[in-house]
Amino acid sequence: MLDRIRGSRRSQPVLGLVFGFCFGFLLQKGGVCRYEIIMRQLLLEDFTVLKIIFTAVITGMVGVYAMRGAGWVTLHKKPGSLGASVPGPLVFGVGFGLLGYCPGTAVGAVGHGALDALVGGVVGIMTGAGLYAAAFPWLRERILDVGDFGDRTLIDVLRPRSSWMVIAPTVTIIIAGLWVLERSGL
Amino acid sequence: MIEVTDVLTDPRWSPYLVGLGIGVLSWLTFLISDHPLGVSTAFARSAGMVERGVRGPEVAKKPYYQEHPPTIDWEWLLVVGLFLGALVAAWLSGTVRWVWVPDMWAERFGAGAGGRLAVALVGGICVGFGARWGRGCTSGHGISGVLQLVLGSWLAAFCFFAGGVVVAFILYGAS
Repeated sequence: MLDRIRGSRRSQPVLGLVFGFCFGFLLQKGGVCRYEIIMRQLLLEDFTVLKIIFTAVITGMVGVYAMRGAGWVTLHKKPGSLGASVPGPLVFGVGFGLLGYCPGTAVGAVGHGALDALVGGVVGIMTGAGLYAAAFPWLRERILDVGDFGDRTLIDVLRPRSSWMVIAPTVTIIIAGLWVLERSGL
Repeated sequence: MIEVTDVLTDPRWSPYLVGLGIGVLSWLTFLISDHPLGVSTAFARSAGMVERGVRGPEVAKKPYYQEHPPTIDWEWLLVVGLFLGALVAAWLSGTVRWVWVPDMWAERFGAGAGGRLAVALVGGICVGFGARWGRGCTSGHGISGVLQLVLGSWLAAFCFFAGGVVVAFILYGAS
C-alpha cells in the first residue's frame, strides 16, 4: 500500500504540492516569513524562529524514529564534512543576515507581498545556486571532502542499547531550553 | 467560543502550535512520500532550468546538474505549494501588502528601495551558494537533518545562525 503511493507518479506531485501548501501556511501563520521576526531572532531579541524549529524538531524526531522502529520509514541523512558543513553554512549565514530570509521563508514572504524577498531572495538564491554549480568541480576537487564524517547521527556515535536512550534526553533538554526561554520572557 | 474562521484569519499562531504542525507534517512526508522537508535543492534545479533555457541542453552535463538534474520533482512542487500556502495564509489574515522595503530596514537605513534590494540580492546569492555548498538550508538541515540527529546537520544549523547573528549585529547592533 505505502509502496504503491510512494511510487505513484500521479499522486506524488500532488502530494508535494499539498505538503508544501501546509508548510507555507504554517510558516506564514507562525510569522517567520516576516523580515522583522527573522532579524529580531538573529539579534537575539525574539525567539519565535527557534521556538518553531525546536518544537518541529522534537515532534518530528519522536514520530520519525517511532515509525522507523516500526519499519514504516527510512531515514534520509545528508553526509557531512568539515569542508562542506562549516564554510558553506557560514556563507549561508552571512547571506541569511543580509537577506533576512532563508530559502523557504523567502518564498513564503513573496506570498504576503515582500518584493525584496522576490528580487533579492528568489532571484538571488537561484543565482547563488547557479554560481555554485559552476564552482562545484573546483570545490569538490579541493575542499568538499576535507574532514569527511559521513551521515553519522548522534545515535551512531553514542551507540546506546536503544535509540530512545539518546532521543529522550535530547527531547528533555530541548523542552527545558524552551521553558527557560519562556521564563525569561523571550 | 472560538470559531474555525477566527483561527484561520488570526495573523499569528503560537510558535509551539506551528512547530507541532511542521513536526507532524514531517511525519507525513517521510511516511507517504519517503522524503524529508527541504527547499534549497529546488533552487538549484530552477537555476539549472534557467541556465539550460539560455545556454542550451549541454548545461545539463555540468557535474552538479548530473547529481541534481534540472527537472521538476517532488521538492520543486513542495516549494510551489509553500508559496501558495503562505499566500493563502496571509490573504486569510488580510496581511498581503506589496512592499519593497521592510519597515525595520527603512527605519535604520532609509526607505530607498535601491539599497535594500542590492543588499538583499547579495544576501540571496550568499544564501543560494552557501546552501548548496553546505548541502541544505534551514529546512533540509535545520528541521529535517536536526530531527534525524545527523551530526553534520546540527553543525550546519549552528553555522547558519552563527553567521546570521554576526551580520545582524553589524547591521543593527548599535540601534
